[in-house]
Amino acid sequence: MNAILLMLLGLGAMFLGYVFYSKFVAEKIFKLDPNFRTPAHEFEDGVDFVPTNKYVLWGHHFTSVAGAAPIIGPAIAVIWGWVPAFLWVVFGTIFFAGVHDAGAIWASNRNKARSIGALTGDVVGKRSQSLFMIVIFLVLLMVNAVFATAISGLLINFPSSVVPVWGAIFVALIIGQFIFRKWMNLGTVSILGVIALYALIYTGPSFPITLPETVFGVSDNAQWIIILFLYAAIASLLPVWMLLQPRDYINGLQLFIGLILVYGAVLISGPELVAPAFNTNTPEGTPSLVPLLFVTIACGAISGFHGLVASGTTSKQLDKETDARFVGYFGAIGEGSLSLATIIAATAGFATLADWQAVYHSFGQGGVSAFVEGGANILNNGIGLDVELSQTLLTVMAVLFAGTTMDTGLRLQRYIFQEWGNIYNIKWMEKAAPATLLAVASCLLLAFGAGGADGAGGLLIWPLFGTTNQLLAGLTLLVITTMLVKLGRPMYVTLVPLLFLLVMTIYALLIQLMGFYQKSDWFLFGLDLVVLVAAIWIALEAAGTLTRLRREIRQSTQSAE
Amino acid sequence: MKIRAIVEWLKQANEYATNVYNAPYRSAIARAKRDEDDLFMLLVFSELMGVPNPASYYTLELQPLLLERFHEWHLRMGMEHSPLDGFRCC
Repeated sequence: MNAILLMLLGLGAMFLGYVFYSKFVAEKIFKLDPNFRTPAHEFEDGVDFVPTNKYVLWGHHFTSVAGAAPIIGPAIAVIWGWVPAFLWVVFGTIFFAGVHDAGAIWASNRNKARSIGALTGDVVGKRSQSLFMIVIFLVLLMVNAVFATAISGLLINFPSSVVPVWGAIFVALIIGQFIFRKWMNLGTVSILGVIALYALIYTGPSFPITLPETVFGVSDNAQWIIILFLYAAIASLLPVWMLLQPRDYINGLQLFIGLILVYGAVLISGPELVAPAFNTNTPEGTPSLVPLLFVTIACGAISGFHGLVASGTTSKQLDKETDARFVGYFGAIGEGSLSLATIIAATAGFATLADWQAVYHSFGQGGVSAFVEGGANILNNGIGLDVELSQTLLTVMAVLFAGTTMDTGLRLQRYIFQEWGNIYNIKWMEKAAPATLLAVASCLLLAFGAGGADGAGGLLIWPLFGTTNQLLAGLTLLVITTMLVKLGRPMYVTLVPLLFLLVMTIYALLIQLMGFYQKSDWFLFGLDLVVLVAAIWIALEAAGTLTRLRREIRQSTQSAE
Repeated sequence: MKIRAIVEWLKQANEYATNVYNAPYRSAIARAKRDEDDLFMLLVFSELMGVPNPASYYTLELQPLLLERFHEWHLRMGMEHSPLDGFRCC
């Protein structure tokens, strides 16, 4: 099949989903009301609560939720063939992610823009709230470990990207100063920044950098992981305007440029999908498609992380309640389109099936490197960009995303440790530096504990990360469903995704648990067990809350009669 | 005429971009600024709380200017009532 057809089918379906399904959900289920006084107006303070133009808010929401995860997940999952990944991304975006994201904004908006974590406590119960904190901590822990592994792999596979990846940090630092001190307007700075970044990307292939194979017995992969965490630790202690904010902004620009380039190149060259539609010849050790596909692709189909963004910052800036449809649902579609581009790159970007099979020689391989290699070939055929240059460009895009997420993730983890220090009265843990050290140590432990001494196997925890992320989404869906039941509205639009997610994640956890047991990987076995307990707990909470609510409603209608 | 329209458009685009740039971090930056201001408050009012301040000759002048924010500050610092004998704001 031709990639253009796949692209049009996918984008068309998601667009129809926006036009019809999101309209139905917004008007009939959430009943978004243009006259509702949003928290942004009610508590307007110029800081947290600011009514914001819906396109601006969409840009902010979309660039906050889109990262490396919607690239890594689908790039791993095409090992089962392109059809399953394609279907899950497209239908997941339409029926799961869009409803989840818009619903999270709506739920938060109707509750004084409180975060989903706080809402869980109010709407579902205190026990669920503590569960929520645990799941968030696990997600952050895994995201940092996994991204460090992914970046180090990319830096080793594509040494030409080392100079632009680290150079981008200096570009961001300079941009940050220019904007913060108002030396230049943002438009000019953005253009100069993008030019500087692309100049770095252009020079990257001329100065490839590789680390020595071992230093004091530490492999190059492990060296990169340590360097990355060192960087992330320092970065997370800097004020946000200095590095994180300009970096995030450049990433946003990169995201749009990258998407336009990849989709444009696909349209021009029209490559054929060389990967099989359904891969019947999966490498040994590949787990079965059901349920693993649904946890391997989390971001891009449905991701709990979006609920945190939606309820944390987006809902506080919602100008009109009806904007939730565009910002939330269309934000999810933006991320779905990034995943779709990844699927195309990782399946159509190879010359022959044998080439593709060589990359996907075992489960967890391929991944983001396949996206870079395939995407680079497509860019080369489509717009004639040199292959090595294209590889550098796409690697930089993926690494910058992952790096920014590590910065943010470590920062959030530090806050959690500081809060624990406060709660349990451990004075030293309340300080920023020791709390950061603890956060880094726990992530390193996970990266090397799961990935072995050289950290190369860290991507093994990817499906586990996806599972935890889905559980977070499950909690958000539970909050929305509970609200819908209380309002006496149909709950199936969120209940069906919730049940589906719970079944798939628990099933996937059990399968992985068996796998870790057979391999005697006790570290991951323990981690899996913790997540499994959380998953079953959420399932029980969901069942308990919904039956209690239904009983209450039945009783109140009976007493009314 | 055309050029003016383009300039207008660019201006508007710049404004949107500035909003996108600032929106996600507005509260984090405001919080950081507040933390710095809190420390400054402590310096200005330290003498009144019995902490010797070598710059009190200068900070004394600032006290009336910062008095407006004093109530919010002592609440934020976890003191329910004004810690100063001199002026009671609540």
